[in-house]
Amino acid sequence: MTDVERAITRAHHEEWARVVAVLATRFGDLDVAEEATADAFATAVARWPVDGIPPNAGGWLTTTAMRKAIDRLRRERKREEKQEAAQMYYFDEQRAPADDGDIEDERLRLIFTCCHPALSMESRVALTLRMVGGLTVPEIARAFLAQETAMAQRITRAKSKIRVANIPFRVPEADELPPRVSSVLAVLYLVFNEGYLATGSGTDPIRHDLTAESIRIARLLHALMPDDGEVTGLLALMLLSEARRAARVSPGGELVPLDEQDRALWDATLIAEGHRLVRGRLTAGIAPGRYQILAAINAVHTSARNPDDTEWWQVVALYDQLVALDSSPIVALNRAIAIGEVEGAGVALALIDGLQRQLSDYHAYHATRAELLRRLGRVDESRGAYDRAIALAGNVAEARHLGRRRDQLP
Amino acid sequence: MRYLVSVIHDDPRTTLADPAEMAAIDVFNDRLMAEGHWVFAGGLGAPDTATVIDHRGAEPMFSDGPFIESKEFLVGFWVIEAPDLDVALKLASEGSKACNRKVEVRPFLPDPT
Repeated sequence: MTDVERAITRAHHEEWARVVAVLATRFGDLDVAEEATADAFATAVARWPVDGIPPNAGGWLTTTAMRKAIDRLRRERKREEKQEAAQMYYFDEQRAPADDGDIEDERLRLIFTCCHPALSMESRVALTLRMVGGLTVPEIARAFLAQETAMAQRITRAKSKIRVANIPFRVPEADELPPRVSSVLAVLYLVFNEGYLATGSGTDPIRHDLTAESIRIARLLHALMPDDGEVTGLLALMLLSEARRAARVSPGGELVPLDEQDRALWDATLIAEGHRLVRGRLTAGIAPGRYQILAAINAVHTSARNPDDTEWWQVVALYDQLVALDSSPIVALNRAIAIGEVEGAGVALALIDGLQRQLSDYHAYHATRAELLRRLGRVDESRGAYDRAIALAGNVAEARHLGRRRDQLP
Repeated sequence: MRYLVSVIHDDPRTTLADPAEMAAIDVFNDRLMAEGHWVFAGGLGAPDTATVIDHRGAEPMFSDGPFIESKEFLVGFWVIEAPDLDVALKLASEGSKACNRKVEVRPFLPDPT
């Protein structure tokens, strides 16, 4: 990569969301903001190798995008005389950006708008990756194994709803903030999880592009809302999961479970950062939400030099807290696994049997049963559970791992 | 801008609002008026009182009954004035609670003039 290419990639990572957000604030239209920002980056690709990298890349991109947007609106104005009056309002270059009396970051408004609860979850994910992450439509379509045209339509529809229904471009007020932040975090966690354990046979088992992108947006959100415990919790959870990436897939393409991972391959820098964030929340003395608890569980795991050093009683205590907040059967399953490490496989199996009705189509339920039955020497039942887990597993590396475990049964 | 808040009825056992629902709707309507959100509102007769007219051809055609038969149907609506969708959604949630039914929010398109 040349210096110019590196500079453009860096600018794309660091400036895309800001440029879109500044233009969306200025022009009151996400469509215009998105297209003009894309135009500005295309211009940078053409100009920077010739003119050199501007000293203030962000400023250069914002100014260029602003000009592109005005050109575009002027062209549209000629086509549609009717809208002239409305658009003239935006042509006034002297007009100060929309100001509610506070100086919050435009990017925060952009994130909340893209994750608005009036949009479907799929639309929120697609829009956030496009507008905040700067991913192209083909990249987003590939990430979710969707048709490019279908993904383009989804994004267009979402932008149109924002415009026509007048979804406001603003940060929610304090009383509505917690559910709105949850909505943003759910979007980021969904993108991260798709990267952490990718579904589909045609993809890599771990999609680093998706985990990296969701971490990048979570870092941005954390920088903008440093006092929000759940934002911190989700970032810490992502970092501590990402830290184990190199150890999670074997050279043969098999998923490696936590207790068999080569801990020397874990990323010490990411672990240190994750632990620092978790400790910060502990000293805040505020009852943690689910992401903070999940981060703390990951902190316990990543604190152990060897699997045998894991303080499982701490993990159980944290899952007890989580169950009180989240009664989902998947949380109950993970709690049972932790209890199995403290009180034995028989106790865990009894707990898990109670979840059969709710989780009979969930591969991890059967994989967990298979492992517990194996430890109890119930070989035939264990084999059956592996078969079921393999049939349901959406991740190729996980299916390979389960296949080997099954074939190693006596 | 204006939003249409449609009240959707999906319980075959009842149609009309009961007295408690009526009282809650009145309180909500008063609030809409006091806060400047009120434009118009009304309750509708049951779908079997509807008549569909099609005069795209030479003669108007009348047919008895609603244009679509469905277990869920419109029983009433509010037209409200709200600065943005967040405000409209907040009001609509209170409207849903007051009339004890599902509601749907849709924006009016801007006046073309």
